[in-house]
Amino acid sequence: MFGKLSFDAIPFHDPIIVVVGIGMILGAIALVAAITYFRKWGWLWNEWFTSVDHKKLGIMYFIVALVMLLRGFADAIMMRTQQMVAAGGSMGFLPPDHYDQIFTAHGVIMIFFVAMPMVIGLMNLVVPLQIGARDVAFPFLNNLSFWLFAVSAILINISLVVGEFATTGWLAYAPLSGIEYSPGVGVDYWIWALQISGIGTTLTGINFFVTILKMRTKGMTLFRMPIFTWTSLCANILIIASFPILTATIAMLTLDRYFGMNFFTNELGGNVMMYVNLIWAWGHPEVYILILPAFGVFSEVIATFARKRLFGYHTMVWATVAITVLSFIVWLHHFFTMGAGANVNAFFGIMTMIIAIPTGVKVFNWIFTIFRGRLEMTSPVLWTLGFIITFTIGGMTGVMLALPAANFVLHNSLFVIAHFHNVIIGGVLFGMLAGLTYWFPKAFGFKLDEKWGKRSFWFWIIGFYTAFMPLYVLSFYGAARRMQSYPNAEWQPWMIVAWVGAVLIACGIACTIIQFYVSVRDRKKNADVTGDPWDARTLEWSTSSPAPFYNFAHEPTVGDIDSFWTQKQRGLEQAEQKAYHDIHMPKNTHAGPIISVFAMIFGFAMIWHIWWLAIVGAVGTLVSFLARVFNDDIDYYVPAAEVERIEQAHLKRVEAHS
Amino acid sequence: MATDTLHHGAHAGDHEDHDHHEHHDVAGTKVFGFWVYLMSDLVIFGTLFATYAVLMRGTAGGPTGADIFELPLILFGTFALLISSFTFGMGVLAMNANRVGQLKMWLVVTFVLGLMFLGMEVYEFHHLIHEGYGPDRSAFLSAFFTLVGTHGLHVTFGMIWILVMLVQLQTKGINAATRPRILCLSLFWHFLDIVWICVFSFVYLMGVL
Amino acid sequence: MQQPSKWRRRGTFFVLLALCLLLAGCSSALMDPKGDIGEAQRSLILSAFGLMLIVVIPVIVLTIAFGWHYRRNNTVAQYLPDWAHSNVIEAIVWLVPVVIVGILAVITWRSSHELDPHRPLESDQPTLEIQAISLDWKWLFIYPEQGIATVNEVTIPVNTPVRFRVSSGSVMNSLFIPRLGTQIYAMAGMDNDVHLIGNEIGTYWGRSTNYSGAGFAGMVFDAYVTSDEDFEAWVADVAASPNELTFPEGYSELAERSSFDPVQYFSSVTPEFYERLVSSFHTGTDPETDTQDADRAPAVDSNEAYQTTENQEDEVAEDGQLISN
Repeated sequence: MFGKLSFDAIPFHDPIIVVVGIGMILGAIALVAAITYFRKWGWLWNEWFTSVDHKKLGIMYFIVALVMLLRGFADAIMMRTQQMVAAGGSMGFLPPDHYDQIFTAHGVIMIFFVAMPMVIGLMNLVVPLQIGARDVAFPFLNNLSFWLFAVSAILINISLVVGEFATTGWLAYAPLSGIEYSPGVGVDYWIWALQISGIGTTLTGINFFVTILKMRTKGMTLFRMPIFTWTSLCANILIIASFPILTATIAMLTLDRYFGMNFFTNELGGNVMMYVNLIWAWGHPEVYILILPAFGVFSEVIATFARKRLFGYHTMVWATVAITVLSFIVWLHHFFTMGAGANVNAFFGIMTMIIAIPTGVKVFNWIFTIFRGRLEMTSPVLWTLGFIITFTIGGMTGVMLALPAANFVLHNSLFVIAHFHNVIIGGVLFGMLAGLTYWFPKAFGFKLDEKWGKRSFWFWIIGFYTAFMPLYVLSFYGAARRMQSYPNAEWQPWMIVAWVGAVLIACGIACTIIQFYVSVRDRKKNADVTGDPWDARTLEWSTSSPAPFYNFAHEPTVGDIDSFWTQKQRGLEQAEQKAYHDIHMPKNTHAGPIISVFAMIFGFAMIWHIWWLAIVGAVGTLVSFLARVFNDDIDYYVPAAEVERIEQAHLKRVEAHS
Repeated sequence: MATDTLHHGAHAGDHEDHDHHEHHDVAGTKVFGFWVYLMSDLVIFGTLFATYAVLMRGTAGGPTGADIFELPLILFGTFALLISSFTFGMGVLAMNANRVGQLKMWLVVTFVLGLMFLGMEVYEFHHLIHEGYGPDRSAFLSAFFTLVGTHGLHVTFGMIWILVMLVQLQTKGINAATRPRILCLSLFWHFLDIVWICVFSFVYLMGVL
Repeated sequence: MQQPSKWRRRGTFFVLLALCLLLAGCSSALMDPKGDIGEAQRSLILSAFGLMLIVVIPVIVLTIAFGWHYRRNNTVAQYLPDWAHSNVIEAIVWLVPVVIVGILAVITWRSSHELDPHRPLESDQPTLEIQAISLDWKWLFIYPEQGIATVNEVTIPVNTPVRFRVSSGSVMNSLFIPRLGTQIYAMAGMDNDVHLIGNEIGTYWGRSTNYSGAGFAGMVFDAYVTSDEDFEAWVADVAASPNELTFPEGYSELAERSSFDPVQYFSSVTPEFYERLVSSFHTGTDPETDTQDADRAPAVDSNEAYQTTENQEDEVAEDGQLISN
């Protein structure tokens, strides 16, 4: 009746999990009770959960990402604590099984459920506004993508208290992830969470690709698009081309595990190396899916706060395109030590280094944007400067790893860990926090508190160097990644330093949380009345903050790069009063959340081999989808009078302010 | 495979979303979006083809392609599918001429041909498993069943989609909502045909040679 | 290792800088290697590091200098809000990385070939073959010429080239002795190899670096580089052990999951133990039932199998580009 699921699946024997689990359940109960007490369910459901507004979806992505960041960081601090104590024969406080789950969960959560939703959330919030569109090409799909992602995040969190998570590392290398070596449900949680959210991501990729190509406003040619839109376009191309590889690879692993097939088994002709190739054929483009939009954020931030046009716009675009193409022919550098021939290794090593060229050019372009500018040291700028320095160092260690002969001693060591945190924290995370601070007023109508933002930055950057420089050092002593314990007592001092770094980062996260509290408290003081708080350059700042649900009352017309800036210089703002028209908008829909919940039920049932429930989930998914297909009541017109009322209210506020 | 349901089904759903930009080409955007989806689907097939190519020799002492493929049967299914592409094309012509009756007739013919193809595939799979050459026998057979089966699954969803469209044509006729859906479905159906031609030449013909 | 002096010369220049920055000092395994391979890799790392500092240091300096000089309230600094293009600067920022990557590419190509793990070392000494098999979770070392085997301990004579043939009895692992250099993956059914040499007598250690499950932390072993006489004595010592290692029975027993295993010696090993284990994954025969007479498929060289995978992969990449066009 319940497949493999029984009460034994709940790990009562592990005090850490029990405490965390009780905390999570109490937290959830408190949240539900609060929503019920304040009678907010209807509001949540109608205004948010069923919303097809890209700005609201972007905000929801970010909220889930920030919650998951706390979860992923809790894993990180447990790992650092374990490695700090488990030296010289000590086993520390985490047994291997638990430690292995933690580092696997940390990787999966940080990449799929923190970095990805932050990037996609920011694209949602910003891209349609930047191209002067009223929504994305397929608003319902956008909502569905979010919910597929959200239910996968829920599945991951269920694995904490019901059953276990994978103990295979975040990419679940076969044959370790095969049924023979991982008979538990951990890998199945990994499979279904990634499969469901991965499909959501693919849909997002298609949606934004079409949006950017088909929905640009009048006059916005490709080479007038803001850089963030450009980098998003390239990231979405990468999603469309690489996520299907992940889908197919996970599907094959699923068939191995559920039907005894032999794709990636040791025996009966299976090929383990193929799994490694396929997963990295997706995995390497994936890191560029994360970093390219971050590059875009830095470009917008640096141009805005330097009050100057971005240096080398065309170079920037072509560098982005070059990275996009090259990212598909470097995947082998993740496993030079597999034993491929010297020619193959050298080819992929050189290809990898070639990526450093356009990346280096971008770095110089940012630097020369500051040159002859008037740089305002806001927290987004601090994140950007911190990024340029940190990412450059990370790029350097990346090129060292790309040298096959050097890689032979650095591979699988803490050097790799330090390197990719160097680029992912220094690149993606700094970028997303810069983007969050930069576009926050556009989403909420008030700015984030600068004082706490800067404190957060300093804790993060000092914490980062304190935490990860010791790992570079340790790698030279031969320290491997993923060690639950190590016999070398002399490594312990470095591990203690790294732990201190993690604590500093924790302070940085705390500052961000305090920043949210302080900013909401002082929202009147920090209000953005004009819609253009930074004196910025691109279209999203030409509408009010928060942007009205229809984005623009009149479709803007674009004449060149940084069109809004040029308009402001010419002083043509609000020169003419055009008549308002009815606006055609999509209606909210229940279909997204309902389909996704059925998908989650299906995933959960598959994990636990509860076949009848899996059928319920599958049929429910199909039927709820067909219900959507047969529903014709999906759009409406916002009357011109309503548009006029909203716009006039905004204009009055601006006038009262000035 | 709920994943596939979501995957291709979700795209069928785009056609619902009326575009709110009056001056943008609504149907064009939908068809373009569906075309992009097909490209991502092509990557899935590309991955499965690559996998098949690697595992082709991983027979582990079991049968090779030459031992188990029955070309005449496969050829029968192939022709059924090829003809179904033609009949779907006739259906689109009928739609362009606004002849809803003819369109429905061609869709039914296409459905029947698809059913014949699927029947061939189910028979083949059943036969192989019965002989003891199931997908768990060797890596080669895993890759074979998965590649061919994924195509078959797509055909199945295409047929469900045809049924959905028959119902919608009955209730709504040919209008702004159903027209792009038929166009997308036709793209989907032709796409499956092309993939099948690759499967047929790459898996069956080369396997027998 | 063919021209260690050249690599060394190129690297020496940067050693001082590296010492300051890496903090690690001379004592770390990678900075104080005990064999030619490791030595060459140290020089390689240092020269690549030094080359890249040519870009990295200016970037850091410029970022801070420009950030400070062009700050908002420094009104004496030049301000050109529409200045966004300069052919000279663009040429330099493309050219400098291109030149550096060009040099690195040459270094990459040459070092990849010179330090190719599969490449036999040139030496007047005959090469010693050691077969290393990763199990859950321990290392089995077989000395086919000596007819002995050990668990979690490996001894090699000084200045003698060693060919490690590396395979796995379970999941993927990676054989790595940091002081000697180059690691290589151990994969079931694959006959991988790495050539190493120890030039200084001493007690070192090795481990698996590729995570392989719950007992991974315990996959550490001792690695001794000894004089020829001590090596002979050690071999005799192992050969005096009462234990024998047979295939498949003894293997199945040894392959049982365990971690932090103590060192074990086996005075004799079933002939072709390694080859039979590797090929057992191809025939589909369980090691339990494999007998001497069973016909075996030839062991696949991982290198060759690898190329196939690699070529196929290009198809996927091409699909990707198809879409991006």
